[in-house]
Amino acid sequence: MKKHDQNERDLKAIDTNTGIASIFLLVALAFLLSRGILPAWLIRIPEALVPPLAVWLDLIFNFIKDDLHLIDLTRAISGGLEVLLDITANLLYGRNRWPKLGPIPWAAVCASFVVLAYYLGGLRLALLALVTFVWTALIGQWKIAMQTMSVLTLAAPFAVLIGLGLGITAWKFRTFDKSIRPILSVLQTLPFFTYLLPAVIFFKVGPTAGAVATIMFAVPPMILMTTLGLRKVSTEIVEAGHMSGCTRWQMLRRVYIPAARTEILVGVNQVIMLCLAMVVLTAFIGMPGLGAKLLAMMGSFKIGRSFEIGITIVLFAIMLDRMSKAWVMKQPVHFDRGTQWWHRHKYFLLSLLAFVFFLLLSQLIPILAEVTRKQSFSQGKEIDKIIKGFLAIDSIKNTTEWLRWFLNVKVLIPFRNSLLWIPTPAFILIIMGLGWYLAGKKEALIAGLFFTIVAITGWWDRSVITLYTVISAVVLATFIGIPLGILAARSTKWSSRILLACDTAQTFPSFIYLIPAIMLFGVNDVAVVFSILIFAAVPLTRYTIEGLRGVPPEMVEAADMSGATRFQKLLTVQLPLALPTMGVGFNQAINFAFFMVIIAAFIGTQDLGQELQRTLAGTELGKNFVLGMNVSLMALSFDFIITKWTETRKQALGLG
Amino acid sequence: MAKKPVISARNVWKIFGANPKKYLSQISADYSFDQIKEDGYIAGVKDVSIDVHKGEMLVIMGLSGSGKSTLVRCLSRLHDITGGTISVDNQDIMSLTEKELIELRRSKMGMVFQSFGLLPHRTVLENVAFPLEMRGQDKYTRRERALEVIRLVGLEGREEYFPRELSGGQQQRVGIARSLAIEPDIWFLDEPFSALDPLIRREMQVEFLRLQGLLGKTIVFITHDFDEALRLADRIAIMKDGMIEQCSTPDQIVLNPATEYVRKFTEEVEKARVVNVEAIMEPTGKPRSSKNALYGNKKLRDVAKILASDTREFIPVKDTDDKLIGQINRKKALDIVFGE
Ligand SMILES: Nc1ncnc2c1ncn2[C@@H]1O[C@H](COP(=O)(O)OP(=O)(O)OP(=O)(O)O)[C@@H](O)[C@H]1O
Ligand SMILES: [Mg+2]
Repeated sequence: MKKHDQNERDLKAIDTNTGIASIFLLVALAFLLSRGILPAWLIRIPEALVPPLAVWLDLIFNFIKDDLHLIDLTRAISGGLEVLLDITANLLYGRNRWPKLGPIPWAAVCASFVVLAYYLGGLRLALLALVTFVWTALIGQWKIAMQTMSVLTLAAPFAVLIGLGLGITAWKFRTFDKSIRPILSVLQTLPFFTYLLPAVIFFKVGPTAGAVATIMFAVPPMILMTTLGLRKVSTEIVEAGHMSGCTRWQMLRRVYIPAARTEILVGVNQVIMLCLAMVVLTAFIGMPGLGAKLLAMMGSFKIGRSFEIGITIVLFAIMLDRMSKAWVMKQPVHFDRGTQWWHRHKYFLLSLLAFVFFLLLSQLIPILAEVTRKQSFSQGKEIDKIIKGFLAIDSIKNTTEWLRWFLNVKVLIPFRNSLLWIPTPAFILIIMGLGWYLAGKKEALIAGLFFTIVAITGWWDRSVITLYTVISAVVLATFIGIPLGILAARSTKWSSRILLACDTAQTFPSFIYLIPAIMLFGVNDVAVVFSILIFAAVPLTRYTIEGLRGVPPEMVEAADMSGATRFQKLLTVQLPLALPTMGVGFNQAINFAFFMVIIAAFIGTQDLGQELQRTLAGTELGKNFVLGMNVSLMALSFDFIITKWTETRKQALGLG
Repeated sequence: MAKKPVISARNVWKIFGANPKKYLSQISADYSFDQIKEDGYIAGVKDVSIDVHKGEMLVIMGLSGSGKSTLVRCLSRLHDITGGTISVDNQDIMSLTEKELIELRRSKMGMVFQSFGLLPHRTVLENVAFPLEMRGQDKYTRRERALEVIRLVGLEGREEYFPRELSGGQQQRVGIARSLAIEPDIWFLDEPFSALDPLIRREMQVEFLRLQGLLGKTIVFITHDFDEALRLADRIAIMKDGMIEQCSTPDQIVLNPATEYVRKFTEEVEKARVVNVEAIMEPTGKPRSSKNALYGNKKLRDVAKILASDTREFIPVKDTDDKLIGQINRKKALDIVFGE
């Protein structure tokens, strides 16, 4: 009975929501119609009214940095980090630092990793590790790959430990949990550039800043997974611990953490993948490694080499992802009583043995230690030729050129111009109206507030351009992702194949998506939209499949029994029921797009990303923050609205 | 019973919900379970007072959801109670500090959980040795002790298995072994044998009876199985909606059910298996011959044959020293045997 009342109330709320939303939209329409006679201050915020936020922020930062002596603290930390980074750098690629032992021959690293991979995931994983390492060495990219890895091997454990510690604290203390949650969700939408500059300013340029930014970037999901895992430990296990007389520390150490193993390891997997994504991006602050090389190669349009580096990055990404996932799945197996210790630690010993063996062997066969430039199999130039030849084929060339022309002249530029044409207040009203219609009062007001802040910061036009890029890419992505998802969802086999492909594609560092875009369209707006489009199509496809496959079979059967055609079934039963799940995918696509749009700025756009990138060159921390905040505020507005919408839809459909 | 109770619970309440303490202070004790439910709270345990004496085996029975597990969790202070007092060895357990509580559990209490509560990342051996480890026993001693109890529950050869590699019954035996390992004075057993096959179940019952008789353990035992209850119980407490409907010896429960609910609950039980000759004995008016007298501690079912063949109206009853102590009405006894 109560539930029924609730539903009725919800329905009423939806009615009023629609009403209020249309009022907002009507007022916005009035603005649009009367644009010609509007005073200038109603079209854009006058320059004079824009508060010098960046200056204020700079003052605050300087105060914290110099007067509160935070800089001394961070420099001390960076001193410690630097020592550790020097060690990994020396071991992995022979940087001339203590302990001056490295570089370790690639074959030795490869061999011990292959054994580890075999232990974790059997033959296939071992093969994957083998291919990855051998490819990297033979293509002549071992050193740059190890430059990247030397930061990763340090950043990932740090991020895991910090995340674990904060996660445990959040789980123990409700208030702490409540206070960090909003911070975490902001952190997860902050564009990565916002991590980079503070890292550069507070920690020395180079690997240290890269490592700090990477750690900061990777910590949030670890915190969330840790609290999630600890909350999920079954009460009886906890009670068994209590009845055994565990102290608090014993409870945590012996009961909770081991019992939450799975979630914690999932967190570790996410940390590793985020670290990889971020380490690659630290190229923007001059960190040497795969990212920097890729950046340089793409900058000088050496497609062949970019392509090769892209493959290396992708291989590393897949390998790290699969290995850490295999670790999640790996359950301890028992040994019979009386098993010898060497048998219990068989794989560890084997991997050690392989390591030593190849270490010695590489003394005799130098190519196992290092593949020199001349020996490498890199085919950069040849690939360049092939690709350029391929693109120069008339029909291909005509297609890409036409596509570029069409997108640019017919779609993108008109759309951008019309967005820029809209007066600021009308824009905000439209956003609020849509928010009110889709989600409700709270979300609409928040979105309105956020966009107003964006307007006040004085970066409105660039923000709108950012938004235009995001929206056009996501809209185009839905044209690809949703049909693909619908097609794939029709058979189990194809669903799992495409889902696997999406899974894999999501592990790639975002940088990779620039390569095909540049390859096809060169360096321009269309390439930007194209790269975001591919990036954003992945979650859309994925959640479309999951949504459609998740429709309860009895409902589909009911439609079948009513004699619905396949198309009718899709339109009337499957899609409506899958819509909330697809909403999640849509939300992710937008988030991804915001992330990617900033990276794509590297190709040269006129949005916030480009400005953000400029701040990296100088030390404009305040401006960097204002820009980052703008991106984050816009992304959060969408996030709130869509999340709320999917939740209400789910409840309305009784799926929640 | 002159002995002092080991566990003494007085007016214990356990209410689940948003703000149970405040809620409890607002309601009166005769609020019904359903009234409480309408207010959005659940009365897990409702105004329960009970004593458990040293060396006693108290069996708690009741339908699913009647609050058995909740009561036991209150007694072991796994739940903080909402109202009332519980003392263990004359110590109010709600006033114990964390340290004292840990000490109490390490030294005196043991528990077997309804769904086992095994630590998934530890082998059988490590699970069983876990409480010993917490007590700070050295590796060698705890290993020996753990192996001993593992053998006792018949799991030798599986010491190195992980819980997920065992069947339900085997997992349950690990849980039993874990609580056996420390030989606690007070034992809480929440359906400890529910997943065992009849043979092992019987063995385990015998083992617990042996330990109880030998070492004078105090045991609170939850079961759904009346046979088991009858075999083990000194007293049976029957719960409904968080309250104890009746707590008494088994024959009192079947002969004089306190409420309609208890009567229904015990309806199916074969009374002659429960009731002793003594229980329906009456004093002899004048001295009679003790010829063919029955032992007072026998169950009626075991003397059914004699009851059927002996034609006297009253049959004399003697104690284990063959001393005449009373007589029973043969017709009344036969009525019980035939379930009238
Ligand atoms: N942690 C809890 N939070 C809320 N309600 C609870 C909690 N634990 C138990 N309850 C409720 O208390 C009531 C009694 O539960 P309890 O587990 O004690 O039943 P039980 O008699 O042991 O049943 P079973 O025979 O099925 O084990 C149930 O209605 C249950 O839903
Ligand atoms: Mg129970």
